[in-house]
Amino acid sequence: MNLPLLSISWLLPVAGAALLLLIGNADGRRNGLIRWVTLLVSIAVFAVTLAIWASFSAGSPEFQLVERHLWIPAFGIDYYVGVDGISLLLVVLTGFLTPIAVLSSWISIEKKVKEFSIFLLLLEAAMIGVFLSLDLFLFYVFWDAMLIPMYFLIGIWGYDQRIYAAVKFMLYTMAGSVLMLIAILGLAYLHSAATGSYSFDLLKLYTLDIAPRTQFWFFLAFAVAFAIKVPLFPFHTWLPDAHVQAPTAGSVILAGVLLKMGTYGFVRFAFPLFPLAAAYFAPWIAVLAVIGIIYGALVAMVQPDMKKLVAYSSVSHLGFVVLGICAMNVNGLQGAVYQMLAHGVSTGGLFLIVGMLSDRRHTRLISEFGGLKAVMPRLTAAFMLITLASIGLPGLNGFIGEFLIMLGAFRWDPRYVVGAGLGVILSAVYMLWMFQRVYYGKVTNGENATLPDLMPHEWSSVVPLCAVALVMGIFPAIFLKPMEPAVTRIVDRMQNVQTLRVERERIERERSERSERAQRLLRAER
Amino acid sequence: MLSVTLAALACMAAEAFREKDERMPIGGLGIVGLIGAAISAALLWNGNTVSYGVISGDNFGLFVTLVLVAVGILTIMFSSQVVDRDGIPAGEYYTLILFAIAGMIMMATANDLLVIFIALEILSLAVYVLTGIRREDPRATEAAFKYFLLGAFSSAFFLYGIAFTFGLTGSTHLDRIGAYLAAQSLSDNPLILVALGLLLVGFAFKISAVPFHMWTPDAYEGAPAIVTGFMSTGVKAAAFAAFARVFLSSFEPFSADWAPVVWVIAAATMILGTVVGVAQTNLKRMLAYSSIAHGGYLLVGLVAANEVGKAAILFYLAAYAITNLAAFGVIALLGARDRANDELRDYAGLWYSHPGLSALMTVCLLSLGGLPPTAGFIGKWYIFSAAVGAGYYGLAVIGVLTSVISVFFYLRVVVMMYMQPRGAEAQPVHVTALSMTALTVSIVAIFYLGILPTQVLNLAAQSIATIF
Repeated sequence: MNLPLLSISWLLPVAGAALLLLIGNADGRRNGLIRWVTLLVSIAVFAVTLAIWASFSAGSPEFQLVERHLWIPAFGIDYYVGVDGISLLLVVLTGFLTPIAVLSSWISIEKKVKEFSIFLLLLEAAMIGVFLSLDLFLFYVFWDAMLIPMYFLIGIWGYDQRIYAAVKFMLYTMAGSVLMLIAILGLAYLHSAATGSYSFDLLKLYTLDIAPRTQFWFFLAFAVAFAIKVPLFPFHTWLPDAHVQAPTAGSVILAGVLLKMGTYGFVRFAFPLFPLAAAYFAPWIAVLAVIGIIYGALVAMVQPDMKKLVAYSSVSHLGFVVLGICAMNVNGLQGAVYQMLAHGVSTGGLFLIVGMLSDRRHTRLISEFGGLKAVMPRLTAAFMLITLASIGLPGLNGFIGEFLIMLGAFRWDPRYVVGAGLGVILSAVYMLWMFQRVYYGKVTNGENATLPDLMPHEWSSVVPLCAVALVMGIFPAIFLKPMEPAVTRIVDRMQNVQTLRVERERIERERSERSERAQRLLRAER
Repeated sequence: MLSVTLAALACMAAEAFREKDERMPIGGLGIVGLIGAAISAALLWNGNTVSYGVISGDNFGLFVTLVLVAVGILTIMFSSQVVDRDGIPAGEYYTLILFAIAGMIMMATANDLLVIFIALEILSLAVYVLTGIRREDPRATEAAFKYFLLGAFSSAFFLYGIAFTFGLTGSTHLDRIGAYLAAQSLSDNPLILVALGLLLVGFAFKISAVPFHMWTPDAYEGAPAIVTGFMSTGVKAAAFAAFARVFLSSFEPFSADWAPVVWVIAAATMILGTVVGVAQTNLKRMLAYSSIAHGGYLLVGLVAANEVGKAAILFYLAAYAITNLAAFGVIALLGARDRANDELRDYAGLWYSHPGLSALMTVCLLSLGGLPPTAGFIGKWYIFSAAVGAGYYGLAVIGVLTSVISVFFYLRVVVMMYMQPRGAEAQPVHVTALSMTALTVSIVAIFYLGILPTQVLNLAAQSIATIF
């Protein structure tokens, strides 16, 4: 019963991609077969991720199901994977969203179906790998390898401006990540200086005592890489392009999983590796996050293009996540992780349904639609639910995360909550306004009158999403419980170091006050 | 003693083999000769043989020898098709390739400045002719002429450097120079700096480091694609091996003097290679600039000059050689007799007509750009870790940023191949089994080095253990 589940979870899609490679499909006759194989493989991967959850013991903060093999021993690089409560849920999210992405491209992708499926599966493998890695080198390999399939997905199967968007996506993310590479190398050398051997082992690197000045630079290198990925204002400009131009499956994965890698990176790497620098920068990052929340919401409000609107709403929502992380208390961090999952589900769903509309009408402009409720009531209902989830209506998934984040942020510094609260209101404004314009009213455009409602493959992707959104809203404990120990551990670690620092500062301040007082006394005596 | 002697004999036998093949100019025989060289290199591994006192079969030289042998074999495999198609005189062509490789191997293993110079001349003369082997093509002739003039110029620099060194130390033998320099304090003697500078210029020409890179784009563009591939990998590998050997062993005591200079050259080479590469529309020219940039990355390893750096140079050479050669192989295969097909727009929609070929090209380009899981990534990572380890953060930052820029222009090719419709005038390309085998082997090697690099990394580490 000791299956290497974690390795299977990312090797399975690779194997699936290899299998697809062997299916000859020069004339497109086997497109159906290929779609089914892809779907089955992705469902099997989802099953594996669920099996990982099943064999995960929720009470422990430690990394579990750990696998470790020597890889490049000369540098202390290992193939080292494991999950804790945070990465577990993100892996499951990846497993959950990929079949939905496959379904979303069931009909809309007709060109080069085989290659599309291969890239999609490779992308899944790399994403899962990112969440599993406990070795920084391995992490970086997956992190960068993931860019390649995403680049092709956007660039080949995207909309009109796809090439520009694909190249921009690639260069932006790479520019951030190479600086992180240098910081990773620097860490390994610090480890070697401290202990005599190189190591990229995350857990060992956690224990390094790094000088504040070095922390400062290394944190910046990591933070820029992750901030671009999140994307944090002002590094977000690649996102609207990539999201809008990507095919639906690409947008779902991009919004659902890829963006979470940035926030995951903050939680797993940037903050705990460099706690002092994190404490120093946290207020600044939080300010950027709040700006992102409001700015994203305001820009979303005026978008004529539905996909762009959803894309900017992502900027806004991920601002919440970052704010929760910056608060660095249990509420905030838990909320952040929860919001990562919730956003994956609800924004994935939004992109999915917007994709359905644009497949039917080949336009994404809000003004082209109107009164769809009469034509396609079921799709409207699904969209309604997801919209409300995205706004954060209690009882749906978005609420829990946002609430916890606000709670955490309030405990840290109430001023941020004011901005974030404004963002919540604005999100209701832009989402509901769009909903109203697209679905309510009379059917203004004749072309919309005959649009078909949900088709079978669409049912099978929409229903699970709505179900999960409900479950996450009503039974949050299912998800909060496994992540709690891991979250607590990270927060403890951060606070320990910060308390030490505060203590040190207090002592220094007292010392300087004493010497000042002494000097004053001296002057007075004179 | 006995084993050393036997090994030396084996080495000579391989030399004899190679001589014979050079006179019987058929590609297949060339490959046999090269495999003979590879086997003897493998036998000599860890042997530390010295023949005639000037050629040293240490692991460093042997590692580079193996890389060069691989370059040679792949070049010949790619060439077979090109030679027939373009009507290149086969006899001369293969002979020159083999002579060039012989010179390169000699250069990589030479232990004496004069022998390095002779080896340099052997390989250079062969490559000058190879550049202009398509006599009817004016561009090729121009390229060969430019290359020849500037190459001759650089040889003169190099020779002057040797002369100054000899004048100062009384020897051209690297070990003796090293011993002399370590024992005497010459740091206040300006002549040593002159000697260093001249040698540096000579080497910099051969590895096309900025500002001595001017000949590279023209020569690379004018030469037949496969020859360009050969030049940009083989010549560079050999020259780098000699460069590293001279500067890291004999002139090690003066590293404080040359390291800052090489730092600047490395930074300038990386920046110029990538920035100018962005503006190119001809694929060969673009790859010429990219190969300049890759020379810069190799120089980073040289500047770092720590254990990791030295091994990194070797690994990077291997990774770069295979990748770049395969990329030029694809370019060569896509050419036609009357038309080189090497403009960027000739690649539009290649994926739709030749999915396999463009997939292989993509792997090569991604590897050149340093993306995992390819050989290029491990190579870059290794080089930059050397730089970080030696405290050269600035150089490492320049390195990674320029490699992002370089990804931009590699991606332009990918964009062309995958995301543009096929041009109307494009003609189908026939690829022989032999070339396809060569490509497949290269791709497998790229992934092997990228995913399971341990074996080769260890070899590289062993290689530097013996001499530095």
